[in-house]
Amino acid sequence: MLNRIALLGAAGLLAVSGVAPSQAAPAINDAQIAHIAYTAGTIDVAAGRQALAKSHNKAVRAFAEEMVRDHDAVNVKALALVKKLGVTPQDNPTSQGLSKQAAAELTTLSRLSGAAFDRAYVKNEVAYHRTVNGALKTTLIPNAQNGELKSLLQTGLTLFTEHQKHAEHLAAALH
Amino acid sequence: MRKGGAAYAIAALLAAAVIPAAAAPSAHAARAYTIILNKMKFGAPPPDLHVGDTVLWVNRDLFRHSATARARGFDLDLPPGKTARLVLKTPGMIAFFCKFHPGMTGQLKVAR
Repeated sequence: MLNRIALLGAAGLLAVSGVAPSQAAPAINDAQIAHIAYTAGTIDVAAGRQALAKSHNKAVRAFAEEMVRDHDAVNVKALALVKKLGVTPQDNPTSQGLSKQAAAELTTLSRLSGAAFDRAYVKNEVAYHRTVNGALKTTLIPNAQNGELKSLLQTGLTLFTEHQKHAEHLAAALH
Repeated sequence: MRKGGAAYAIAALLAAAVIPAAAAPSAHAARAYTIILNKMKFGAPPPDLHVGDTVLWVNRDLFRHSATARARGFDLDLPPGKTARLVLKTPGMIAFFCKFHPGMTGQLKVAR
């Protein structure tokens, strides 16, 4: 699961157009980048809401609340930005792949409960943030053309790096 | 007259000795400073803080943050767009961070 997401997040992004990032033409355009970033945020909000519905662990619930709050805030800003820029987020294979994998993960987690759920949720959060952060660094931020979008993605990377650390600490504490 | 003059002189000396001491705290009249939070960072802390000064923490970021002392002292909740007030009561180096995003850190240097 985690490796599959990694492939989608990194190589999959490039497969959108088949253009390497070192070439002059961007591998993906801003409309696609906005869609991927928004989709990635929506996925983590859904995962957080599932955790809040299932988990009774105080630390896990606090983490999930933070994920829902922060990712929601980024997505509200992203929506306002694309509206301001007159950009319509463009669906693409990477967004579709992320959504498909996330749906499968939600189903897997829905079958777990108690400590098993907590561990699986947090483990996936570590991997998911690692993947999204990798994609932000190597593909989304470098290819973003609009300065405001690039800036929002950079703030997102700082935020999600914090989330990744938080998830890693939580994962260590749960084992 | 001379006796009265001496009394005035002594009174004047006493006043001279007492007033500056009494007025010493006002040498650093309490001021208000602002630290702005934005884009997952605390703004630079004011360089000339003293006990009695007020720090206004202004959250201009998209996210909920906190200004939390590493040692006990303060733990200010900072929802987006909100401001919290802290009156400095003790001198020293005060390390702080955001409890939601611990990579956000800073330090206040507070003189007497």
